[in-house]
Amino acid sequence: MRWINSRPANGTRLALALLPFVLVLIAYAIGSAERLAENPNDKLLPGLTGFADAINRMAFVPEARTGSYLLWVDTLASLQRLGAGLAIATAIALLLGLVIGILPYARALLSPFVGAISMVPPLALLPILFIVMGLGETSKIALIAIGVTPIMIRDLALKAIELPREMIVKAETLSASSWQIALRVVLPQILPRLITCLRLQLGPAWLFLIAAEAISADSGLGYRIFLVRRYLSMDVIFPYVIWITLLAVATDILLDRLRIAVFPWSELEKGK
Amino acid sequence: MSALSIKNVWKEYGDQIVLEDVSIEIASRAFVALVGPSGCGKSTFLRMLLGQETQTKGKILLDGEPLPKEPGPDRGVVFQRYSVFPHLTVLGNVMFGKELQASRFAGRLFGAARRAVEEEARAMIAAVGLMGSENKYPAQLSGGMQQRLALAQALIMRPKVLLLDEPFGALDPGIRAEIHTLMKKLWHEAPMTVVMVTHDMREAFTLGTRVVAFERPRDRPEEKLRYGATITKDITIWPPRQAGVPSIFRPDRDGPVSSKGQ
Ligand SMILES: Nc1ncnc2c1ncn2[C@@H]1O[C@H](COP(=O)(O)OP(=O)(O)OP(=O)(O)O)[C@@H](O)[C@H]1O
Ligand SMILES: [Mg+2]
Repeated sequence: MRWINSRPANGTRLALALLPFVLVLIAYAIGSAERLAENPNDKLLPGLTGFADAINRMAFVPEARTGSYLLWVDTLASLQRLGAGLAIATAIALLLGLVIGILPYARALLSPFVGAISMVPPLALLPILFIVMGLGETSKIALIAIGVTPIMIRDLALKAIELPREMIVKAETLSASSWQIALRVVLPQILPRLITCLRLQLGPAWLFLIAAEAISADSGLGYRIFLVRRYLSMDVIFPYVIWITLLAVATDILLDRLRIAVFPWSELEKGK
Repeated sequence: MSALSIKNVWKEYGDQIVLEDVSIEIASRAFVALVGPSGCGKSTFLRMLLGQETQTKGKILLDGEPLPKEPGPDRGVVFQRYSVFPHLTVLGNVMFGKELQASRFAGRLFGAARRAVEEEARAMIAAVGLMGSENKYPAQLSGGMQQRLALAQALIMRPKVLLLDEPFGALDPGIRAEIHTLMKKLWHEAPMTVVMVTHDMREAFTLGTRVVAFERPRDRPEEKLRYGATITKDITIWPPRQAGVPSIFRPDRDGPVSSKGQ
Protein backbone atom coordinates (compact mmCIF):
# COMPACT_ATOMS: atom_id res chain seq x y z
CA MET A 1 0.00 0.00 0.00
CA ARG A 2 1.15 3.57 -0.64
CA TRP A 3 2.40 5.49 2.35
CA ILE A 4 -0.20 8.20 1.88
CA ASN A 5 -2.95 5.62 2.40
CA SER A 6 -1.73 3.81 5.50
CA ARG A 7 -3.17 5.27 8.68
CA PRO A 8 -2.19 4.54 12.28
CA ALA A 9 -4.72 2.82 14.57
CA ASN A 10 -5.89 4.73 17.65
CA GLY A 11 -3.32 3.24 20.04
CA THR A 12 -0.49 3.79 17.59
CA ARG A 13 -1.64 7.33 17.00
CA LEU A 14 -1.51 8.12 20.73
CA ALA A 15 1.94 6.55 21.01
CA LEU A 16 3.18 8.54 18.02
CA ALA A 17 1.74 11.75 19.46
CA LEU A 18 3.51 11.20 22.77
CA LEU A 19 6.81 10.11 21.25
CA PRO A 20 8.33 13.56 20.52
CA PHE A 21 7.40 14.80 24.00
CA VAL A 22 9.04 11.78 25.63
CA LEU A 23 12.15 12.13 23.46
CA VAL A 24 12.59 15.76 24.46
CA LEU A 25 12.17 14.87 28.13
CA ILE A 26 14.73 12.09 27.90
CA ALA A 27 17.21 14.29 26.08
CA TYR A 28 16.77 16.93 28.77
CA ALA A 29 17.12 14.41 31.60
CA ILE A 30 20.37 13.06 30.12
CA GLY A 31 21.81 16.53 29.57
CA SER A 32 20.81 17.68 33.02
CA ALA A 33 22.19 14.56 34.73
CA GLU A 34 25.54 14.97 32.95
CA ARG A 35 25.93 18.61 33.89
CA LEU A 36 24.87 18.00 37.50
CA ALA A 37 27.35 15.13 37.77
CA GLU A 38 30.14 17.55 36.79
CA ASN A 39 28.93 20.42 38.96
CA PRO A 40 26.16 19.86 41.55
CA ASN A 41 25.52 23.63 41.65
CA ASP A 42 24.87 23.94 37.93
CA LYS A 43 21.95 26.28 37.26
CA LEU A 44 21.53 25.87 33.52
CA LEU A 45 19.76 22.50 33.34
CA PRO A 46 18.28 21.82 36.79
CA GLY A 47 17.13 18.30 37.65
CA LEU A 48 13.59 17.18 38.51
CA THR A 49 14.03 17.89 42.23
CA GLY A 50 15.13 21.40 41.36
CA PHE A 51 11.95 21.93 39.39
CA ALA A 52 9.76 20.40 42.10
CA ASP A 53 11.33 22.77 44.63
CA ALA A 54 10.84 25.80 42.43
CA ILE A 55 7.25 24.93 41.51
CA ASN A 56 6.42 24.35 45.15
CA ARG A 57 8.02 27.67 46.09
CA MET A 58 6.22 29.65 43.39
CA ALA A 59 2.81 28.01 43.49
CA PHE A 60 2.15 26.64 46.97
CA VAL A 61 4.19 28.67 49.46
CA PRO A 62 3.26 32.29 50.10
CA GLU A 63 6.05 34.68 49.37
CA ALA A 64 7.66 36.00 52.55
CA ARG A 65 7.42 39.71 51.72
CA THR A 66 3.86 40.00 50.36
CA GLY A 67 2.24 36.77 51.56
CA SER A 68 0.95 36.02 48.07
CA TYR A 69 1.33 32.92 45.90
CA LEU A 70 3.45 34.25 43.06
CA LEU A 71 2.50 31.84 40.25
CA TRP A 72 -1.20 32.48 40.75
CA VAL A 73 -0.78 36.23 41.09
CA ASP A 74 1.29 36.27 37.89
CA THR A 75 -1.16 34.05 36.04
CA LEU A 76 -4.12 36.17 37.04
CA ALA A 77 -2.39 39.40 36.02
CA SER A 78 -1.35 38.02 32.65
CA LEU A 79 -4.68 36.43 31.84
CA GLN A 80 -6.50 39.65 32.69
CA ARG A 81 -4.33 41.63 30.28
CA LEU A 82 -4.60 38.97 27.61
CA GLY A 83 -8.37 38.67 28.04
CA ALA A 84 -8.90 42.42 27.89
CA GLY A 85 -6.68 42.81 24.82
CA LEU A 86 -8.32 39.94 22.96
CA ALA A 87 -11.83 41.07 23.92
CA ILE A 88 -11.18 44.54 22.51
CA ALA A 89 -9.59 43.06 19.39
CA THR A 90 -12.49 40.66 18.86
CA ALA A 91 -15.14 43.36 19.20
CA ILE A 92 -13.39 45.74 16.79
CA ALA A 93 -12.52 42.99 14.32
CA LEU A 94 -16.06 41.66 14.24
CA LEU A 95 -17.58 45.06 13.67
CA LEU A 96 -15.10 46.32 11.07
CA GLY A 97 -14.70 42.94 9.37
CA LEU A 98 -18.46 42.68 8.93
CA VAL A 99 -18.83 46.22 7.65
CA ILE A 100 -15.90 45.90 5.23
CA GLY A 101 -17.15 42.53 4.06
CA ILE A 102 -20.69 43.69 3.37
CA LEU A 103 -20.66 47.33 2.34
CA PRO A 104 -18.72 48.31 -0.81
CA TYR A 105 -18.41 51.89 0.47
CA ALA A 106 -16.92 50.79 3.78
CA ARG A 107 -14.58 48.49 1.88
CA ALA A 108 -13.39 51.34 -0.31
CA LEU A 109 -12.87 53.52 2.76
CA LEU A 110 -11.30 51.09 5.21
CA SER A 111 -9.79 48.17 3.37
CA PRO A 112 -6.56 49.86 2.18
CA PHE A 113 -6.17 51.58 5.56
CA VAL A 114 -6.47 48.35 7.53
CA GLY A 115 -4.16 46.69 5.03
CA ALA A 116 -1.49 49.32 5.66
CA ILE A 117 -1.98 49.32 9.44
CA SER A 118 -1.58 45.57 9.59
CA MET A 119 1.93 45.96 8.17
CA VAL A 120 3.12 48.19 11.04
CA PRO A 121 5.24 46.03 13.36
CA PRO A 122 3.36 46.30 16.68
CA LEU A 123 6.49 45.98 18.82
CA ALA A 124 7.88 49.10 17.18
CA LEU A 125 4.85 50.91 18.56
CA LEU A 126 5.50 49.76 22.11
CA PRO A 127 7.68 52.74 23.08
CA ILE A 128 5.02 55.09 21.71
CA LEU A 129 2.36 53.32 23.74
CA PHE A 130 4.46 53.55 26.90
CA ILE A 131 5.08 57.24 26.31
CA VAL A 132 1.46 58.09 25.50
CA MET A 133 -0.40 55.77 27.85
CA GLY A 134 2.10 55.41 30.64
CA LEU A 135 3.59 52.21 32.01
CA GLY A 136 0.34 50.87 33.48
CA GLU A 137 -2.10 48.25 32.30
CA THR A 138 -3.50 50.35 29.45
CA SER A 139 -0.40 50.28 27.31
CA LYS A 140 -0.01 46.50 27.65
CA ILE A 141 -3.63 45.82 26.74
CA ALA A 142 -3.34 48.30 23.89
CA LEU A 143 -0.28 46.50 22.50
CA ILE A 144 -2.12 43.17 22.40
CA ALA A 145 -5.17 44.73 20.80
CA ILE A 146 -3.13 46.65 18.22
CA GLY A 147 -1.06 43.59 17.49
CA VAL A 148 -3.88 41.20 16.65
CA THR A 149 -6.80 43.38 15.54
CA PRO A 150 -5.76 44.28 11.95
CA ILE A 151 -5.17 40.68 10.96
CA MET A 152 -8.44 39.59 12.51
CA ILE A 153 -10.29 42.36 10.65
CA ARG A 154 -8.78 41.30 7.35
CA ASP A 155 -9.49 37.64 7.97
CA LEU A 156 -13.13 38.22 8.86
CA ALA A 157 -13.68 40.66 5.99
CA LEU A 158 -12.21 38.10 3.58
CA LYS A 159 -14.48 35.43 4.97
CA ALA A 160 -17.51 37.69 4.55
CA ILE A 161 -16.52 38.59 0.98
CA GLU A 162 -15.97 34.92 0.20
CA LEU A 163 -19.59 34.03 0.98
CA PRO A 164 -21.15 33.01 -2.33
CA ARG A 165 -22.96 35.90 -4.00
CA GLU A 166 -25.86 33.53 -4.64
CA MET A 167 -26.48 33.37 -0.93
CA ILE A 168 -26.72 37.13 -0.54
CA VAL A 169 -28.96 37.39 -3.60
CA LYS A 170 -31.15 34.64 -2.21
CA ALA A 171 -31.52 36.60 1.02
CA GLU A 172 -32.51 39.68 -0.99
CA THR A 173 -35.25 37.68 -2.71
CA LEU A 174 -36.44 36.75 0.77
CA SER A 175 -36.89 40.49 1.41
CA ALA A 176 -33.81 40.94 3.60
CA SER A 177 -32.53 44.50 4.16
CA SER A 178 -28.79 45.26 4.38
CA TRP A 179 -29.08 45.21 8.15
CA GLN A 180 -30.85 41.85 8.16
CA ILE A 181 -28.30 40.39 5.78
CA ALA A 182 -25.54 41.55 8.11
CA LEU A 183 -27.28 40.26 11.21
CA ARG A 184 -28.78 37.00 10.02
CA VAL A 185 -26.81 35.87 7.00
CA VAL A 186 -23.24 37.14 7.23
CA LEU A 187 -22.66 37.48 10.99
CA PRO A 188 -23.68 33.93 11.90
CA GLN A 189 -21.50 32.59 9.12
CA ILE A 190 -18.37 34.48 10.15
CA LEU A 191 -18.68 33.78 13.88
CA PRO A 192 -17.18 30.28 13.60
CA ARG A 193 -14.31 31.81 11.64
CA LEU A 194 -13.92 34.46 14.35
CA ILE A 195 -13.30 31.72 16.90
CA THR A 196 -10.80 29.97 14.61
CA CYS A 197 -9.11 33.29 13.94
CA LEU A 198 -8.89 33.96 17.67
CA ARG A 199 -7.22 30.59 18.16
CA LEU A 200 -4.61 31.43 15.56
CA GLN A 201 -3.97 34.81 17.17
CA LEU A 202 -3.35 33.34 20.62
CA GLY A 203 0.34 32.88 19.82
CA PRO A 204 0.96 36.49 18.72
CA ALA A 205 -1.17 37.75 21.65
CA TRP A 206 1.06 35.96 24.16
CA LEU A 207 4.13 37.26 22.38
CA PHE A 208 2.97 40.87 22.70
CA LEU A 209 1.90 40.32 26.31
CA ILE A 210 5.26 38.92 27.37
CA ALA A 211 7.14 41.62 25.48
CA ALA A 212 5.16 44.33 27.25
CA GLU A 213 5.50 42.65 30.65
CA ALA A 214 9.21 42.17 30.18
CA ILE A 215 9.72 45.90 29.84
CA SER A 216 7.49 47.20 32.55
CA ALA A 217 5.27 45.46 35.08
CA ASP A 218 5.16 44.41 38.73
CA SER A 219 3.49 41.06 38.14
CA GLY A 220 2.71 38.72 35.28
CA LEU A 221 4.17 35.58 33.80
CA GLY A 222 6.42 37.47 31.39
CA TYR A 223 7.54 39.85 34.11
CA ARG A 224 8.57 36.93 36.36
CA ILE A 225 10.54 35.18 33.65
CA PHE A 226 12.54 38.28 32.85
CA LEU A 227 13.00 39.09 36.55
CA VAL A 228 14.45 35.73 37.55
CA ARG A 229 16.60 35.68 34.41
CA ARG A 230 19.00 37.92 36.34
CA TYR A 231 19.63 35.07 38.81
CA LEU A 232 19.83 32.46 36.02
CA SER A 233 16.87 30.70 37.71
CA MET A 234 16.21 28.15 35.02
CA ASP A 235 14.29 26.14 37.62
CA VAL A 236 11.63 28.89 37.56
CA ILE A 237 11.85 29.89 33.92
CA PHE A 238 11.26 26.39 32.50
CA PRO A 239 8.09 25.68 34.53
CA TYR A 240 6.77 29.15 33.68
CA VAL A 241 7.31 28.58 29.96
CA ILE A 242 5.60 25.19 30.17
CA TRP A 243 2.75 26.72 32.17
CA ILE A 244 2.24 29.45 29.54
CA THR A 245 2.26 26.82 26.83
CA LEU A 246 -0.30 24.74 28.71
CA LEU A 247 -2.55 27.76 29.17
CA ALA A 248 -2.36 28.57 25.47
CA VAL A 249 -3.00 24.97 24.39
CA ALA A 250 -5.96 24.68 26.77
CA THR A 251 -7.49 27.93 25.46
CA ASP A 252 -7.00 26.71 21.93
CA ILE A 253 -8.81 23.43 22.58
CA LEU A 254 -11.59 25.09 24.57
CA LEU A 255 -12.24 27.63 21.81
CA ASP A 256 -12.55 24.87 19.22
CA ARG A 257 -14.94 22.95 21.48
CA LEU A 258 -16.93 26.13 21.93
CA ARG A 259 -17.22 26.57 18.17
CA ILE A 260 -18.51 23.05 17.67
CA ALA A 261 -20.98 23.38 20.55
CA VAL A 262 -22.40 26.74 19.50
CA PHE A 263 -22.21 26.31 15.71
CA PRO A 264 -22.69 22.61 15.07
CA TRP A 265 -23.33 23.30 11.38
CA SER A 266 -19.82 24.72 10.94
CA GLU A 267 -18.37 21.28 11.68
CA LEU A 268 -20.75 19.66 9.16
CA GLU A 269 -19.75 22.13 6.47
CA LYS A 270 -16.05 21.35 6.93
CA GLY A 271 -14.34 19.88 3.90
CA LYS A 272 -17.19 20.82 1.58
CA MET B 1 -50.86 38.53 -12.68
CA SER B 2 -47.20 38.34 -13.43
CA ALA B 3 -46.42 38.93 -17.10
CA LEU B 4 -42.84 39.70 -18.13
CA SER B 5 -42.07 41.81 -21.11
CA ILE B 6 -38.49 42.07 -22.36
CA LYS B 7 -37.94 44.69 -25.02
CA ASN B 8 -34.77 44.96 -27.13
CA VAL B 9 -32.46 44.10 -24.28
CA TRP B 10 -28.66 44.19 -24.78
CA LYS B 11 -26.05 43.16 -22.29
CA GLU B 12 -22.39 44.01 -22.64
CA TYR B 13 -19.47 43.28 -20.31
CA GLY B 14 -16.88 45.85 -21.28
CA ASP B 15 -16.17 45.21 -24.95
CA GLN B 16 -17.88 41.88 -25.07
CA ILE B 17 -21.47 41.80 -26.25
CA VAL B 18 -23.15 38.89 -24.50
CA LEU B 19 -26.81 39.37 -25.37
CA GLU B 20 -28.00 41.19 -28.41
CA ASP B 21 -31.44 42.60 -29.00
CA VAL B 22 -33.44 40.09 -26.97
CA SER B 23 -37.20 40.62 -27.05
CA ILE B 24 -39.78 38.27 -25.62
CA GLU B 25 -43.22 38.52 -24.08
CA ILE B 26 -43.82 36.01 -21.30
CA ALA B 27 -47.46 35.57 -20.35
CA SER B 28 -48.57 35.34 -16.76
CA ARG B 29 -48.30 31.77 -15.41
CA ALA B 30 -46.16 30.60 -18.29
CA PHE B 31 -43.32 28.12 -17.70
CA VAL B 32 -40.47 29.14 -19.97
CA ALA B 33 -37.58 26.71 -20.38
CA LEU B 34 -34.43 28.47 -21.54
CA VAL B 35 -31.86 26.40 -23.40
CA GLY B 36 -28.69 27.18 -25.32
CA PRO B 37 -24.99 26.37 -25.55
CA SER B 38 -22.72 26.99 -22.58
CA GLY B 39 -21.56 30.58 -22.24
CA CYS B 40 -24.27 32.07 -24.44
CA GLY B 41 -25.71 34.22 -21.67
CA LYS B 42 -28.61 32.28 -20.16
CA SER B 43 -27.52 32.92 -16.57
CA THR B 44 -26.83 36.53 -17.47
CA PHE B 45 -30.38 36.86 -18.78
CA LEU B 46 -31.76 35.29 -15.61
CA ARG B 47 -29.66 37.59 -13.43
CA MET B 48 -31.15 40.58 -15.23
CA LEU B 49 -34.68 39.30 -14.59
CA LEU B 50 -33.65 38.87 -10.97
CA GLY B 51 -32.36 42.41 -10.72
CA GLN B 52 -28.86 41.25 -9.79
CA GLU B 53 -27.56 42.93 -12.95
CA THR B 54 -28.90 45.68 -15.16
CA GLN B 55 -29.19 45.53 -18.92
CA THR B 56 -26.97 47.80 -20.99
CA LYS B 57 -29.86 48.78 -23.27
CA GLY B 58 -33.54 47.98 -23.46
CA LYS B 59 -36.41 47.49 -21.05
CA ILE B 60 -37.63 44.75 -18.80
CA LEU B 61 -41.18 45.16 -17.47
CA LEU B 62 -43.01 43.11 -14.87
CA ASP B 63 -46.76 43.66 -15.21
CA GLY B 64 -46.04 46.82 -17.18
CA GLU B 65 -43.73 48.33 -14.54
CA PRO B 66 -39.94 48.54 -14.98
CA LEU B 67 -38.16 45.98 -12.81
CA PRO B 68 -36.71 47.28 -9.55
CA LYS B 69 -32.90 47.59 -9.71
CA GLU B 70 -32.41 45.10 -6.87
CA PRO B 71 -33.62 41.58 -6.17
CA GLY B 72 -36.78 41.51 -4.07
CA PRO B 73 -39.46 39.18 -2.71
CA ASP B 74 -41.58 39.41 -5.89
CA ARG B 75 -38.96 37.31 -7.72
CA GLY B 76 -37.85 34.06 -6.15
CA VAL B 77 -34.76 32.17 -7.21
CA VAL B 78 -33.15 28.75 -6.99
CA PHE B 79 -29.55 28.38 -8.17
CA GLN B 80 -27.71 25.18 -8.84
CA ARG B 81 -25.71 25.64 -5.63
CA TYR B 82 -25.61 27.86 -2.56
CA SER B 83 -29.36 28.44 -2.57
CA VAL B 84 -29.91 27.56 1.06
CA PHE B 85 -28.26 28.86 4.20
CA PRO B 86 -25.84 26.38 5.78
CA HIS B 87 -26.26 27.86 9.25
CA LEU B 88 -30.03 27.38 9.42
CA THR B 89 -31.94 24.12 9.81
CA VAL B 90 -34.52 23.04 7.23
CA LEU B 91 -37.26 24.66 9.27
CA GLY B 92 -35.14 27.77 9.85
CA ASN B 93 -34.42 28.06 6.13
CA VAL B 94 -38.08 27.86 5.16
CA MET B 95 -39.21 30.26 7.89
CA PHE B 96 -36.39 32.67 7.09
CA GLY B 97 -38.13 34.89 4.52
CA LYS B 98 -41.28 35.22 6.57
CA GLU B 99 -39.26 36.08 9.68
CA LEU B 100 -37.31 38.76 7.81
CA GLN B 101 -40.49 40.21 6.39
CA ALA B 102 -42.32 40.38 9.72
CA SER B 103 -39.46 41.50 11.94
CA ARG B 104 -37.51 44.21 10.17
CA PHE B 105 -35.12 44.91 13.04
CA ALA B 106 -34.31 41.61 14.74
CA GLY B 107 -35.14 39.38 11.76
CA ARG B 108 -36.55 36.86 14.23
CA LEU B 109 -40.01 36.03 15.46
CA PHE B 110 -41.09 34.83 18.89
CA GLY B 111 -44.24 33.50 20.53
CA ALA B 112 -47.52 33.40 18.65
CA ALA B 113 -46.20 35.14 15.52
CA ARG B 114 -43.46 32.54 15.30
CA ARG B 115 -45.87 29.65 15.76
CA ALA B 116 -48.04 30.92 12.90
CA VAL B 117 -45.06 31.16 10.55
CA GLU B 118 -43.77 27.81 11.74
CA GLU B 119 -47.07 26.16 10.87
CA GLU B 120 -46.99 27.63 7.40
CA ALA B 121 -43.38 26.54 6.97
CA ARG B 122 -44.15 22.99 8.09
CA ALA B 123 -46.94 22.78 5.53
CA MET B 124 -44.51 24.00 2.86
CA ILE B 125 -41.89 21.46 3.98
CA ALA B 126 -44.50 18.73 3.71
CA ALA B 127 -45.50 19.96 0.25
CA VAL B 128 -41.96 19.47 -1.05
CA GLY B 129 -41.62 16.11 0.69
CA LEU B 130 -39.13 16.96 3.41
CA MET B 131 -41.19 15.97 6.46
CA GLY B 132 -39.04 14.51 9.19
CA SER B 133 -35.97 16.53 8.20
CA GLU B 134 -37.11 19.78 9.84
CA ASN B 135 -34.21 19.92 12.28
CA LYS B 136 -31.43 18.87 9.95
CA TYR B 137 -28.84 21.24 8.54
CA PRO B 138 -28.38 21.48 4.75
CA ALA B 139 -25.04 19.66 5.00
CA GLN B 140 -26.99 16.66 6.29
CA LEU B 141 -29.29 16.59 3.23
CA SER B 142 -28.70 15.00 -0.18
CA GLY B 143 -28.42 17.23 -3.26
CA GLY B 144 -32.04 16.54 -4.26
CA MET B 145 -33.31 17.34 -0.77
CA GLN B 146 -31.33 20.59 -0.74
CA GLN B 147 -32.99 21.70 -3.97
CA ARG B 148 -36.42 20.79 -2.58
CA LEU B 149 -35.55 22.90 0.42
CA ALA B 150 -34.49 25.78 -1.82
CA LEU B 151 -37.83 25.55 -3.65
CA ALA B 152 -39.78 25.57 -0.40
CA GLN B 153 -37.78 28.52 0.86
CA ALA B 154 -38.46 30.51 -2.31
CA LEU B 155 -42.13 29.55 -2.66
CA ILE B 156 -43.18 30.46 0.88
CA MET B 157 -42.69 34.09 -0.19
CA ARG B 158 -45.34 33.61 -2.93
CA PRO B 159 -43.20 35.25 -5.63
CA LYS B 160 -44.79 36.48 -8.84
CA VAL B 161 -41.89 35.09 -10.81
CA LEU B 162 -39.76 32.07 -9.98
CA LEU B 163 -36.32 32.00 -11.62
CA LEU B 164 -34.44 28.72 -11.78
CA ASP B 165 -30.82 28.45 -12.98
CA GLU B 166 -30.07 24.80 -13.73
CA PRO B 167 -31.68 23.86 -10.43
CA PHE B 168 -31.69 20.12 -11.07
CA GLY B 169 -28.52 19.92 -13.16
CA ALA B 170 -26.54 18.09 -10.51
CA LEU B 171 -29.18 15.48 -9.66
CA ASP B 172 -29.24 11.89 -10.88
CA PRO B 173 -32.03 10.93 -13.32
CA GLY B 174 -34.25 9.12 -10.80
CA ILE B 175 -34.24 12.01 -8.33
CA ARG B 176 -34.66 14.42 -11.20
CA ALA B 177 -37.85 12.70 -12.37
CA GLU B 178 -39.23 12.88 -8.82
CA ILE B 179 -38.44 16.56 -8.50
CA HIS B 180 -40.01 17.23 -11.93
CA THR B 181 -43.30 15.85 -10.65
CA LEU B 182 -42.96 18.12 -7.63
CA MET B 183 -42.10 21.09 -9.82
CA LYS B 184 -45.23 20.58 -11.96
CA LYS B 185 -47.41 20.30 -8.88
CA LEU B 186 -45.97 23.51 -7.43
CA TRP B 187 -46.40 25.36 -10.71
CA HIS B 188 -50.03 24.27 -10.95
CA GLU B 189 -50.74 25.37 -7.40
CA ALA B 190 -48.85 28.64 -6.97
CA PRO B 191 -49.87 31.68 -8.99
CA MET B 192 -46.46 32.33 -10.51
CA THR B 193 -44.61 32.58 -13.79
CA VAL B 194 -41.52 30.37 -14.08
CA VAL B 195 -38.35 30.92 -16.09
CA MET B 196 -35.95 27.99 -15.93
CA VAL B 197 -32.50 27.65 -17.46
CA THR B 198 -31.59 24.06 -18.27
CA HIS B 199 -29.18 22.01 -20.37
CA ASP B 200 -31.52 19.04 -20.38
CA MET B 201 -33.81 19.14 -23.44
CA ARG B 202 -35.99 16.44 -21.99
CA GLU B 203 -36.47 18.52 -18.85
CA ALA B 204 -37.26 21.58 -20.97
CA PHE B 205 -39.96 19.73 -22.89
CA THR B 206 -41.46 17.92 -19.88
CA LEU B 207 -41.84 21.03 -17.75
CA GLY B 208 -42.17 24.05 -20.03
CA THR B 209 -45.14 25.61 -21.71
CA ARG B 210 -42.61 27.11 -24.04
CA VAL B 211 -39.01 26.30 -24.89
CA VAL B 212 -36.81 29.24 -25.84
CA ALA B 213 -33.33 28.80 -27.31
CA PHE B 214 -30.51 31.36 -27.07
CA GLU B 215 -27.74 31.15 -29.62
CA ARG B 216 -25.09 33.26 -31.28
CA PRO B 217 -26.05 33.65 -34.92
CA ARG B 218 -22.45 34.61 -35.71
CA ASP B 219 -20.00 32.49 -33.83
CA ARG B 220 -16.71 32.65 -35.73
CA PRO B 221 -13.81 33.44 -33.36
CA GLU B 222 -13.25 36.94 -34.78
CA GLU B 223 -16.97 37.68 -34.43
CA LYS B 224 -17.33 36.42 -30.85
CA LEU B 225 -16.67 39.73 -29.19
CA ARG B 226 -18.87 41.96 -31.31
CA TYR B 227 -21.91 39.75 -31.74
CA GLY B 228 -23.95 38.42 -28.85
CA ALA B 229 -26.51 35.68 -28.47
CA THR B 230 -30.18 36.21 -29.13
CA ILE B 231 -33.37 34.18 -29.26
CA THR B 232 -33.21 31.83 -32.23
CA LYS B 233 -36.07 29.46 -31.47
CA ASP B 234 -39.27 29.87 -29.54
CA ILE B 235 -41.33 26.72 -29.44
CA THR B 236 -44.73 26.51 -27.76
CA ILE B 237 -45.47 23.05 -26.45
CA TRP B 238 -48.36 21.37 -28.19
CA PRO B 239 -50.89 20.36 -27.09
CA PRO B 240 -50.68 23.43 -24.86
CA ARG B 241 -49.87 23.13 -21.23
CA GLN B 242 -51.74 25.44 -18.88
CA ALA B 243 -51.16 26.10 -15.21
CA GLY B 244 -53.87 24.53 -13.08
CA VAL B 245 -55.48 22.66 -15.97
CA PRO B 246 -54.85 19.00 -16.83
CA SER B 247 -53.74 18.28 -20.38
CA ILE B 248 -56.68 17.75 -22.74
CA PHE B 249 -55.45 14.64 -24.44
CA ARG B 250 -53.53 12.89 -21.66
CA PRO B 251 -54.79 14.21 -18.34
CA ASP B 252 -51.82 12.70 -16.49
CA ARG B 253 -49.20 14.26 -18.76
CA ASP B 254 -48.66 17.39 -16.74
CA GLY B 255 -48.67 15.79 -13.34
CA PRO B 256 -51.13 16.14 -10.50
CA VAL B 257 -53.41 19.16 -10.78
CA SER B 258 -55.16 19.96 -7.54
CA SER B 259 -58.49 21.72 -7.36
CA LYS B 260 -56.74 24.68 -5.76
CA GLY B 261 -55.09 25.70 -9.01
CA GLN B 262 -56.45 28.64 -10.89
N1 LIG C 1 -19.35 39.41 -14.54
C1 LIG C 1 -18.95 39.17 -15.81
N2 LIG C 1 -17.95 39.88 -16.35
C2 LIG C 1 -17.55 39.65 -17.61
N3 LIG C 1 -18.06 38.71 -18.41
C3 LIG C 1 -19.06 37.95 -17.93
C4 LIG C 1 -19.55 38.13 -16.60
N4 LIG C 1 -20.53 37.23 -16.38
C5 LIG C 1 -20.66 36.53 -17.52
N5 LIG C 1 -19.77 36.95 -18.45
C6 LIG C 1 -19.64 36.42 -19.81
O1 LIG C 1 -20.91 36.36 -20.36
C7 LIG C 1 -21.07 35.19 -21.12
C8 LIG C 1 -22.32 34.47 -20.72
O2 LIG C 1 -22.18 33.93 -19.42
P1 LIG C 1 -23.36 33.15 -18.72
O3 LIG C 1 -22.88 32.72 -17.39
O4 LIG C 1 -24.60 33.94 -18.76
O5 LIG C 1 -23.51 31.88 -19.67
P2 LIG C 1 -24.53 30.67 -19.57
O6 LIG C 1 -25.33 30.68 -20.81
O7 LIG C 1 -25.28 30.70 -18.31
O8 LIG C 1 -23.55 29.44 -19.61
P3 LIG C 1 -23.68 28.04 -18.83
O9 LIG C 1 -24.67 27.24 -19.61
O10 LIG C 1 -22.33 27.44 -18.95
O11 LIG C 1 -24.12 28.30 -17.44
C9 LIG C 1 -19.80 34.37 -20.96
O12 LIG C 1 -19.05 34.52 -22.14
C10 LIG C 1 -19.09 35.01 -19.81
O13 LIG C 1 -17.71 35.01 -20.06
MG1 LIG D 1 -25.25 29.52 -16.45
